[in-house]
Amino acid sequence: MVEPSAYLLLSAILFCIGVVGVVMRRNVLIILMSVELMLNGVNVAFVAAGSYLGDVAGGIFAFMVMTVAAAEAAVGLALLIALYRLKETIDVTELRILKW
Amino acid sequence: MSLGNLASVGYFLPELTVTATILLLILMHVVTKSPRSNAFGFLSLVGVGAAILLSGIVPAGAGKSIFEGMAAYDGFAVFFKVLTALATLVVIFMTMDSREMDGRSQAEYYIFLLSTLLGMFLLSSATDIVMLYLSLELVSIPSYLLAGYFKGRERSTEAAMKYVVFGATASGVMIYGFSFLFGLTGTTQIAEIGRSLAAGKATLPMLLASVMVAVGFGYKIAAVPFHMWSPDVYEGAPTPATAFFSVGPKAAGFAVLVRFYYTVFAAPDPGSALWRLTSAVDWPLLFAALSAVTMTVGNLVAVKQDNVKRLLAYSSIAHAGYMLMGFVLLSPAGLKAILFYLVVYLFMNLGAFYVVILVSNATNGGEDISDFAGLGSRAPFAAVSLAVFLFALTGIPPFSGFIGKVYLFAEVINRGVYWLVVVAGLNSVVALYYYARIVRSMFLDEPTDTAAIAVPGVPRAMLLLMVAPTLILGVYWEPVARIASDSIRMIAF
Repeated sequence: MVEPSAYLLLSAILFCIGVVGVVMRRNVLIILMSVELMLNGVNVAFVAAGSYLGDVAGGIFAFMVMTVAAAEAAVGLALLIALYRLKETIDVTELRILKW
Repeated sequence: MSLGNLASVGYFLPELTVTATILLLILMHVVTKSPRSNAFGFLSLVGVGAAILLSGIVPAGAGKSIFEGMAAYDGFAVFFKVLTALATLVVIFMTMDSREMDGRSQAEYYIFLLSTLLGMFLLSSATDIVMLYLSLELVSIPSYLLAGYFKGRERSTEAAMKYVVFGATASGVMIYGFSFLFGLTGTTQIAEIGRSLAAGKATLPMLLASVMVAVGFGYKIAAVPFHMWSPDVYEGAPTPATAFFSVGPKAAGFAVLVRFYYTVFAAPDPGSALWRLTSAVDWPLLFAALSAVTMTVGNLVAVKQDNVKRLLAYSSIAHAGYMLMGFVLLSPAGLKAILFYLVVYLFMNLGAFYVVILVSNATNGGEDISDFAGLGSRAPFAAVSLAVFLFALTGIPPFSGFIGKVYLFAEVINRGVYWLVVVAGLNSVVALYYYARIVRSMFLDEPTDTAAIAVPGVPRAMLLLMVAPTLILGVYWEPVARIASDSIRMIAF
């Protein structure tokens, strides 16, 4: 039996790796992947809390998060392709027509 | 206490109407050979109009919890439904008048617009964190698509890309906060979460949760420092969509912000008719600081802008800062001031964007302040209307924006938060400078092209319909103020 706090630690680590990825990486594709990592960290927290409390709502929430993440990824990747066709780059530092 | 699924349907008619309209639009898009026709716009108008009528007015105190506690049907939700649907209605008219949309497929545009509206309906009534998260995403995802609607245009696509990255990150942080709340309390109902947090003493996780949730909602209302997406998106998106973002999702964001924080982290105080904090976490102070920073950054950066759409983006950030002042007071009068301000803001901001569209139609997409030079002689009616909207946005009497500010400032003084009033007062002076810059350009600068700009009948009528409330609410605001104070009653189960 693994301690529930171990799962929460795992989820916090996953989430933090995701946040660092979003902030530090310059490739939009990697940023989108990092966002997914954040959401997976959240999912671990929900499922762990749900199973510890004996409440299925945690697992259900995790499914909802996955569904939304898929929709978000679909939109994000579609825009990424549109962007690449226009600019031939997906580096965020090149996204600077619009500023201050 | 809460109604079952079948019994709830009767309280869900506006949402069902919008859903039916979306399905009809999709069907029409599939069978019709002309996706560019205006028929999609007219169908959307009918659907949204019907939704407004069906929203009706709930008798005071007759709130209900529907769909097994997933959503609320109360005065507060109805107020925001009517408000966001009205904004959508005006935006549909704008879209039909905008030359930007000429020669493009219209069907998807209206499908995204109405999906966002459905999301805003649900967001303003959600009482369960699962529902809240899903409706927030139902507002966000079609908004990304609206922002990137001109996919061959670099600015539009770039703006949408930034919007997706910011939006997804913010909502990810928010649900991490939700996972704390769920773990602490073992329930997804916000009222239950509030009760069990009030009983416990878990200060640190609560602090983390309240800050994380603030990230998600702060992004929705474009509060500094979660505002970075908004100027880019406002500039890059189609202008009618920009007008929509500046009013609709912002209003829905305020609705969910108020409902969530006043239910989860505060409770009605039976003694004084105010709300009281249920924990050691002083989130009103956090939001008061956010409010001050938001209005200051919004106004100061707006001063340097030459693109009118971008200027209005920063001005709308500043207005979110003003409205946040009402949120931190934990008093009914503060909430009433927010609701009243949202009503006047709807008319003045959408009106200003309407004129921006007319000018951009006449100048082949011109959106800089220099494109407004000499508008006073080229299109006197549009220029005078824009002047009215801009002075109202500044908060000068006798326009409606002044009354909105009076309500907000008066309650802040009443509750003794003097430093915030000083900041807001100074900000209003800064705001006068950049709004007056546009007015000066319209009436004093020589135009490069002196040809008159024709304003067709429909935009003229719409402008009149926006100017009238902006003027009338400046002198006779009692009925709207009464509706606002009747609508602050939220149910909690």
